[in-house]
Amino acid sequence: MTLFIEQCLNGLQFGLLLFLLAAGLTLVFGIMDLVNLAHGSLYMVGAYFAATLAAWTGSFVLGAVLALIATLVVGMAVEVIAMRRLYGRDHLDHVLGTFGLILFFDESVRLIWGPAGLSLPLPPWLNTSVQILPGVQYSAYRLAIIVVTLVVAAFLYVLVMRTRIGMLIRAGASNREMVGALGVNIKLLYTLVFGLGAVLAGLAGLMQAPILTVQIGMGENILILAFVITVIGGIGSIRGALVAALLVGFIDTLGRSYLPDLLRMVLSQEAAATAAPALSSMLIYLLMAVVLVVKPEGLFSASHK
Amino acid sequence: MTAPLTVRNITIVALLAGLVLLPVYVQIAGDRFVLTLFTRIVILALAAVSLNLILGYGGMMSFGHAAYLGIGGYAVGMLAHEGIYSGFVQWPVALAASALFALTIGALSLRARGVYFIMITLAFAQMAYYLISGFARYGGDDGLTIYKRSQFFEPINLSNKAQFYYICLALLFASIYLIWRLVNSRFGLAVQGARSNDTRMRAIGFPTYRYRLVCFVIAGTLCGLAGALLANFNDFVSPSMMYWTRSGDLIIMVVLGGMGSPFGPLIGAVALLVLEEALSGITEYWQIILGPLLLLVVLFARGGIDGLLMKARAKVGQ
Repeated sequence: MTLFIEQCLNGLQFGLLLFLLAAGLTLVFGIMDLVNLAHGSLYMVGAYFAATLAAWTGSFVLGAVLALIATLVVGMAVEVIAMRRLYGRDHLDHVLGTFGLILFFDESVRLIWGPAGLSLPLPPWLNTSVQILPGVQYSAYRLAIIVVTLVVAAFLYVLVMRTRIGMLIRAGASNREMVGALGVNIKLLYTLVFGLGAVLAGLAGLMQAPILTVQIGMGENILILAFVITVIGGIGSIRGALVAALLVGFIDTLGRSYLPDLLRMVLSQEAAATAAPALSSMLIYLLMAVVLVVKPEGLFSASHK
Repeated sequence: MTAPLTVRNITIVALLAGLVLLPVYVQIAGDRFVLTLFTRIVILALAAVSLNLILGYGGMMSFGHAAYLGIGGYAVGMLAHEGIYSGFVQWPVALAASALFALTIGALSLRARGVYFIMITLAFAQMAYYLISGFARYGGDDGLTIYKRSQFFEPINLSNKAQFYYICLALLFASIYLIWRLVNSRFGLAVQGARSNDTRMRAIGFPTYRYRLVCFVIAGTLCGLAGALLANFNDFVSPSMMYWTRSGDLIIMVVLGGMGSPFGPLIGAVALLVLEEALSGITEYWQIILGPLLLLVVLFARGGIDGLLMKARAKVGQ
């Protein structure tokens, strides 16, 4: 039972982390109609900045804050230099152009930081466990991730649904010419939205960094998961991204920990040991296939206006 | 009917002649490396040619095409691992497995459009990647060494480098011809019609979903053949053959060469791989040049190299 609670919390934490990435991806797609494969690179860049800056300043929190600012600057620079020219192009152009950016980012990181990975050590006050229920201990850092992502999700909701800039973002998503004609600086708005997506990706990267190592290509595997989430949730829908991210987080985490036992009940020991790792990594893709058969536009499609 | 003497036609004929005569040059110059490089180029060009069928003519932006390279390759690798070396078993199994995979993911993903299609094909290819990485019996992540190449009847010997090159080249030319015939047939015109306006095609009575699915399966099967060749070429298969960046490479070849042009993917494959080879000779960090270069091609040379050659023709004609 203790293990089950712990795995559920892990699933929640992983799901919320994926939400940060998927939210940025879906925001950029919903508003600029841009498929951004390089989103995972921003996740990687955030982690590298955090590892370097935390070591340099000696403070985890200060390093993280500085890394977010640096990622914001990188994101906005990428938008101004490259992405801006891709808006309104074919999706295939987006895929190719941003694929080029991935090569560029991966190689730049290799050039600057070297091929070996970095690590981002946790400060002692986060590197402990807390008692969440009588007799149940849980990592303080993972709890912190859950809290931070929930706060960010709430902030995103308020920003998009309750503020003037959020109103412009939503308006820009439904009719960009009209918003531009009404005197809104749509170029600046797009740069800001892209920067916001970059910060969300960077935040996800730096929070994941202490759990995994910081390495080249770290953004690419998780980017595919973020894609699966946006497809399941419905491209352009932040609410859909949240629901789908939690679903994927839970299914992936619980599948990996319980599927081997479940399979052992129906299959022989040896067959279960072979099938379990393959099957558990396939689970979320199976989920995606099922969602597609039932609702080809995703659970919360934003395109039905 | 004779083909006009244009810059484009001359370039293509020169390229084809160069490919056919390459082993002769290798024999004279003794440059073994060039033959290895170009065997790889020809195999990947075959994969790119198959992708061009759905991407260029069918308008289906598949981002999971490398999955078939892996499936075709692993069909050969797994059978060889089990002691079955006959190419008459290995290759049909490779083609059938690729066709079956294409049928399954095509049936699911062709329900979706645009960006969804890109992401779904990408996700399914990654699923296949993780599935194969999980097979501990066949090496898992580490891959699988193939100790004997596929065996056919007597004079054919895939271990002979020049012979293997010519087999790959013949299959590539046959595929280009097949696809050229296909896209100019009634079937091909219907698929291209569905690319331009699916609703209208359905309104005049074409079951476009089925047409597109058949097209998707043909492309997947051809790429599976490239996978079987690649496995024999490397004497090794590993999940990295089907990693999603490989699918990206194939798209680059198609777009760089020229989408929806019969020889475009071949030109693109030669250009990309020779460029990679040249850049990696200059600096270890060659991708830092290739990445922005790609972005520039996307922004300023939309029709790819074939498009540029066509423009050159237009200028000559003026």
